Amino acid sequence: MENINSKNVLEVSNLNTWYGNKKILSNINLNVSHKEIMVIMGHSGSGKSTLLRYILGLEKTKTGLIRLLGKEVSKLNKKDLYKLRKRIGVAFQNGALFSSMTVRENIELPLYENTELDEKTIHIMSRLKLELMQLSGTESLMPSELSGGMLKRAGLARAVIMEPELLFFDEPSAGLDPITSAHLDNLILQLRDALNMSIIIVTHDLESAFKIADRITVLDKGEIIMTGDKEVIKKSHDPRIINMLERRAINETVDADDYLNRLTRN
Amino acid sequence: MASHPSNESILNNLLIRLGIAGIFLYETIFSLFIPPYSLNLLLKQILFVGARSMLVIIIAGLFVGMVIALQFYDTLVRFGSVSLLGSAVGLSLTRELGPVLTALMVIGRTGSAMCAEIGIMRIENQIDALECMAIDPYRFLISPRILAGVLCVPILTAIFIVVGIFGGYFVGVILFDVSAGSYFQNMNDTVLSRDLLMGFIKSIVFGLLIVWISCEKGFNLHLNKNGAYGSEGVSRVTTEAVVIASIAILFSDYLLSALIL
Repeated sequence: MENINSKNVLEVSNLNTWYGNKKILSNINLNVSHKEIMVIMGHSGSGKSTLLRYILGLEKTKTGLIRLLGKEVSKLNKKDLYKLRKRIGVAFQNGALFSSMTVRENIELPLYENTELDEKTIHIMSRLKLELMQLSGTESLMPSELSGGMLKRAGLARAVIMEPELLFFDEPSAGLDPITSAHLDNLILQLRDALNMSIIIVTHDLESAFKIADRITVLDKGEIIMTGDKEVIKKSHDPRIINMLERRAINETVDADDYLNRLTRN
Repeated sequence: MASHPSNESILNNLLIRLGIAGIFLYETIFSLFIPPYSLNLLLKQILFVGARSMLVIIIAGLFVGMVIALQFYDTLVRFGSVSLLGSAVGLSLTRELGPVLTALMVIGRTGSAMCAEIGIMRIENQIDALECMAIDPYRFLISPRILAGVLCVPILTAIFIVVGIFGGYFVGVILFDVSAGSYFQNMNDTVLSRDLLMGFIKSIVFGLLIVWISCEKGFNLHLNKNGAYGSEGVSRVTTEAVVIASIAILFSDYLLSALIL
């Protein structure tokens, strides 16, 4: 189990979750410190996005502890949870922009809803963030008029508009070409330095993970199999990590009779 | 062989669904009192629920009024009581047909669209995004729709009734030569303020039911036990919303009539 200290922006300990009788996350322990970029890596279905939902308080935990920016998420009431969420930013895989609003309206929404700032200041702030994401000129476009990469960057602009202390980014490179993906990686590194924030990224993209991470946590079948810096992960002797790093498919030896039985079973 | 769910599990599921829908309504009503209050969000929904439904309501009201007059005229003429045509048209529109048919039109036009829109927002993580931005989705998405429903459905009902009365006038007075004076005088004598109040109460309740059921179905799409989530899930909950809301309107119509009469 990792050491927990008060300087961590995120502390997860002994988190276990179930869906019906099926265990989804098993004994998760994870710490992220200030200004750190932590990448949570694993193949599809390993539980990465589920872990993110629990950390964000979108799902309620019954066991274990999740402390986000010093607050125990499961013990917060709705008002305090919203107060905490004003200090974090979340960029979703598909951008999750509102299709009935323009790019600018989408990005400015958290400021209009959560602050008392006047319209002029809000416009300036959104213009700054759009420039940072190299999206100038897209203010009046609708989300349906943006490419996949632009949608992600617009989602990222909305996530950082309140200048959060901690940013979550779900699958930044999913569905993007290598050049756009590399550009987004650079943006994430710039953001950490420019806005002085901690960043937690959930991804299955090895190249991206090794480029931007300070530390990497590898998830497999709902369990953390290793957490460490890039070199530690690269030198791991765990066959699951070796398979993942070498992009090898998991080999299952199947007996021909068993396979036939399985197919013909009612 | 597929196993059939027992009566007990059907009842359990029904109770769970009712509980979820009840919590949804509670959260929505509670969120009505949470600032910031956005007039823009409300006006946008009033435009969608009310203004954009106007044409369809006017057309429906006109033809319903005309067909009622036609049917009543054919019946009343056998008893030599065509002078009661105005009363028959006025009473049936005010008490029953106005509120019920307006509600059914609003379900088809607005309720289904609301359910599908919110369902898509759910599957595209837009509702989660609101939560993560510390914006209460009940306050931001549902409350303006509920308010718009409760405000607009009574107004649409009133428009339906007025247009229907003139549709009846066209058939009775212009086509069948019923006296205009007796058409309106009998209506004025028979339709009491109690009848108007009944139509008004019904339309408020119907407005609430339509938006509640439609939004709840889309909002809680992810809790659907049948596993459909993506586009199939949206289409399924939209169909369910239309069917359940229509049945709820007819059931509550009977209940309210029985209570008020």
